[in-house]
Amino acid sequence: MAITRDEVLHVARLARLALTDEEVERLGSQLSAILEAVGKVAELDLADVEPTSHPLDLANVSADDESRPSLSADEVFANAPDREDDFFRVPPA
Amino acid sequence: MTDTLRLTAEEAMGLIERSEASGAELHRAYLDAIGERDGELHAYLTTVEAAEGAGVPIALKDVISTKGVETTAGSKILAGYKPVFDSTVAACCKEAGLPLIGKTNLDEFAMGSSTENSAYGPTRNPWDPERVPGGSSGGSAAAVAGGLAPWALGSDTGGSIKQPAALCGLVGLRPTYGTVSRYGIVAFASSLDQVGPLTKTVRDAAFLYRIIAGRDPLDSTTVDLPEPVELPETEDLKGLRIGVPRELNEAEGIEPGVSEAVQRAIELCRELGAEVGETTLPRSVEFGMPCYYLIAPSEASSNLARYDGVRYGPRSGKGDIREMYMQTRDEGFGDEPKRRIMLGTYALSAGYYDAFYGQAQKVRTVIRDEFAAALEQFDVLISPTSPTVAFPLGAKTENPLAMYLSDVLAIPPNMAGLPGLSIPCGLSEGLPVGLQLIGPQFSENLLFRTGHALERAIGFDFVPERLR
Repeated sequence: MAITRDEVLHVARLARLALTDEEVERLGSQLSAILEAVGKVAELDLADVEPTSHPLDLANVSADDESRPSLSADEVFANAPDREDDFFRVPPA
Repeated sequence: MTDTLRLTAEEAMGLIERSEASGAELHRAYLDAIGERDGELHAYLTTVEAAEGAGVPIALKDVISTKGVETTAGSKILAGYKPVFDSTVAACCKEAGLPLIGKTNLDEFAMGSSTENSAYGPTRNPWDPERVPGGSSGGSAAAVAGGLAPWALGSDTGGSIKQPAALCGLVGLRPTYGTVSRYGIVAFASSLDQVGPLTKTVRDAAFLYRIIAGRDPLDSTTVDLPEPVELPETEDLKGLRIGVPRELNEAEGIEPGVSEAVQRAIELCRELGAEVGETTLPRSVEFGMPCYYLIAPSEASSNLARYDGVRYGPRSGKGDIREMYMQTRDEGFGDEPKRRIMLGTYALSAGYYDAFYGQAQKVRTVIRDEFAAALEQFDVLISPTSPTVAFPLGAKTENPLAMYLSDVLAIPPNMAGLPGLSIPCGLSEGLPVGLQLIGPQFSENLLFRTGHALERAIGFDFVPERLR
């Protein structure tokens, strides 16, 4: 299935990727080929099959309600590109 | 002088026990070997000078968070990132006294099958530097095969431990989903990611699995092991029923030399006393790849949303915050993560969810059921790990689909959450061939026993021929 240039741009916006024109072109044609291959899953009639989201039969795992040590503010901000006091500083919205 | 190419982790333990070498001396010997050979192989992204711990040194794939030691996931978007905490597996290694040698190269965000997708340049195969080591844990595989680490940890989402182990002539275990903590592992596809060992012998893999396995309160997807990890001793396969799934052994693209080596291993299973029979996984191989390449990119598109230039990593772009997000991500991610983010975002977007992600989850149920049926008749299933031996650098970089096919045999059991052990079973064109052993969930002890008996009978020499 071919994916149009507009669809590539739409998906890139959803994914917050500022693609260059060259990337739009190249990724578009590669995505079409990949979608063609993975679209094969549609060949199976699985109307009555339950989906598997996770390979183990685990549900509602809860932790004990106990406090434990956490990171200090300086550790939290150690890798931040920009910090102001105890905030991550970012450009205006 | 320690022969790091030949020394197994178990032998290194012996040297330490008998006070013939210390952890720090071994650590130094590996750093010296790195100085000698890693210029060519490029297995490491970072090395650690100070030896911390008295045990057998270890290398960790660079998706494994190590406190204070740069962890990049092979991506520019994490350049310079120094975790402020240890992942649980790194903490387990520290607790066991294993000094960290360094962090190994990988395909960016563990997305790839050749380690050519690293933002920091490719790793080369110690058997033939013109060829890839496999991937995405190619750095860990090349480090162990090239004598630059006695053992290493990798991670496996769709074959990223098993396939590089196969291509580098090593033992690689992808453990049962849920047995090893992912706390502090850079996430790729969370319903599939697992951490596991790459080693020279099956017993080394069992030793290392014992160190890292078990429930972790910091990862709610982990469970307690039903039985303790046993080191394999037995050298026969009496009473074992081994199934040969037709589709996993006759898939298109399996090289004749790979098939022949696997056939010889199957014959050996009989000689060792196993009952061998044919079985079938009618849809798991044909639909496993499409299923994987919907589920993994969908989960990745969600997991990789966190790289936004706010909390860590480099930031780019002028203008407002939206522009900053988009520029940071465009400049920080390489081609493969971008492809998978786009594919996953598309598959999860309104109007396509049911047809793609939803349908793939149902295919996953089909695959689980097929493996469960085959594993009712047989204890262990056997196949090649990779359809090919190590391929030349550049051979598949222009064609993502051809690269994806490298994992066509490794992926199906992963979709079912099953453990897989790859062991070397011979050479084809002078390059190692991997044999994949698949068992039910939590059957690692059985896989170790089977792998150990076969390993003894095969007698594969894990030192690359050109380095002997």
